[in-house]
Amino acid sequence: MKNMNKSTQKLLSTIGVIVVLYIVLSVMEGTGNLSSLLSGLLVPVCAYSLVAVGLNLCVGYLGELSLGHAGFMCVGAFASAFFSKVFMNTIPDVPRFILSLLIGTCFAALFGFLIAIPVLRLSGDYLAIVTLAFGEIIKNVINVIYIGMDSKGLHFSMKDMLSLGMEPGGTLVVNGAQGITGTPRQSTFTLAVILLILALVITHNFVNSRTGRAVKAIRDNQIAAETVGLPITKYKLIAFTISAAIAGVGGVLYAHNINSLIATTNNFGYNMSIMILVYVVLGGIGNFSGSVVAAVVLTLLPELLRGLSTYRMLIYSIVLIALMLFNWAPSILEYRNKHGLTAAAIAAKFKKKNTKEVS
Amino acid sequence: MALLEVTNLGISFGGLRAVDEFNLSIEKGELYGLIGPNGAGKTTVFNMLTGIYKPTDGKIFLDKTDITGRKTADINKAGVARTFQNIRLFGDQSVLDNVKIGLHNSFEYGTATGILRLPKYFATEKEMNNKALEILSVFGLDSAADILASNLPYGKQRELEIARALATGPKLLLLDEPAAGMNPNETRDLMNTIALIRKEFGITILLIEHDMKLVSGICEKLTVLNFGRVLSSGLTSDVLNDPEVIKAYLGE
Repeated sequence: MKNMNKSTQKLLSTIGVIVVLYIVLSVMEGTGNLSSLLSGLLVPVCAYSLVAVGLNLCVGYLGELSLGHAGFMCVGAFASAFFSKVFMNTIPDVPRFILSLLIGTCFAALFGFLIAIPVLRLSGDYLAIVTLAFGEIIKNVINVIYIGMDSKGLHFSMKDMLSLGMEPGGTLVVNGAQGITGTPRQSTFTLAVILLILALVITHNFVNSRTGRAVKAIRDNQIAAETVGLPITKYKLIAFTISAAIAGVGGVLYAHNINSLIATTNNFGYNMSIMILVYVVLGGIGNFSGSVVAAVVLTLLPELLRGLSTYRMLIYSIVLIALMLFNWAPSILEYRNKHGLTAAAIAAKFKKKNTKEVS
Repeated sequence: MALLEVTNLGISFGGLRAVDEFNLSIEKGELYGLIGPNGAGKTTVFNMLTGIYKPTDGKIFLDKTDITGRKTADINKAGVARTFQNIRLFGDQSVLDNVKIGLHNSFEYGTATGILRLPKYFATEKEMNNKALEILSVFGLDSAADILASNLPYGKQRELEIARALATGPKLLLLDEPAAGMNPNETRDLMNTIALIRKEFGITILLIEHDMKLVSGICEKLTVLNFGRVLSSGLTSDVLNDPEVIKAYLGE
């Protein structure tokens, strides 16, 4: 019980910090005190945080390393952008976005589920390799898809634009490697923050529920979990599907924040999967709030260091190494424990201060 | 028919015949011991009874149902729970949660109910907490409910494993060397605990043990395994006086 309260407290304080940051940044943006560079990053940061939260569920609680979460993000992005584009003139803005959010999430969940069936028979390195391949396959398949729309309905081809055989007045929805252009830019910072908070609440509730306990039990000791009667495959599938769905929400946000959605190595490929994994590992495996912090810091850092031009990636990598050592090196962990520099100890100190002030 | 009826059970790993023509019959409520030298195949028998290994030959009947070669989780649902020689707890979760995982199949609410925190979630979790604390109190572990399982002392970890197994509501409890690594005092406590849970939960127990004091103290019947074959079986006093058993295992 106490344990549950502790994690609930942590969730509430994380949400508190996010809300405060949201208000500050919104006011700054409203009064024109935010650089255009920074304000352009607000939505992507939330999108990456969402994917990191989703991946953390997979890595931290299911205990399986997935290198394909950019792929689920990609599925969510393209499914929702496709829907938005097709119904651009037929459904009003707000319900259309809600529907496209649902569709993006469901598609990512569906792909997560389908991929999980074969993949969860594997574990460790093998699972990582297969998910990595999946991410690349998704990206490459999307790059050869052509879909057009005219009065007769949708036309589909995997060859080129001409083989669609559209009427002269038809519009091209998905244009192969040029992706989807002209989707409505509906992702606002407010919406992104709301979705992020929702994802944090959902993941928190999930890991503290009956199903979540079963998932953690399977991670801790699969044989023992089987001997107490837990259906292993079922719970692995549920956890992986939810994880993919949350990554899909990140994809929907990402897609509705830009004019032209293209699947490249940098946004939906291997690089992005690794980037997200870096957020998860540095933020703390199994620590959802940490993933958000890491995603925010590590997305903003290279942008803020732009002034240093070519040296910025060098500094970025040094920061990564330093953070990794700070969080994981045994000798540094020992030092932090000794001098009360762990997150728990600092939180306790704050608590003491607050109670003193009250009394 | 007995609660557990095992006939001609056998398993081969490649060319190695680990267990051969193993027969066992345990009546309801009995406390049965499985003993034998190291490598005799005792844990292999447990692994076959719980479905971790699929037996090559033979049949296992629990309460007249054939459970041979079924999945581990299904065998647990049919009524077999076990502990492990090398403790397998859910170390990163609290003592309470370990038992609540054992209660998983006795209480029901869906994943969505858990995520949305519907009233049923709070009601069921409260019931689970009460039930889990009740089971923990049998072992005097209720005061340690919030501690991480991996932070418990060794002897308590063994007891928690038994508590978790009991939480699944088994008819038959398999204990794999419950006294391993315990000092004489802890072993005596354990003997009392085993007697207590047998009375309180009304279950049948099959245990593997090397501690002869414990075995002769609490087991009513014994089966001795040697090189994967049954050497002797019957009432404890008869088996322990069997010259074959003394020669192979106890020492002259």
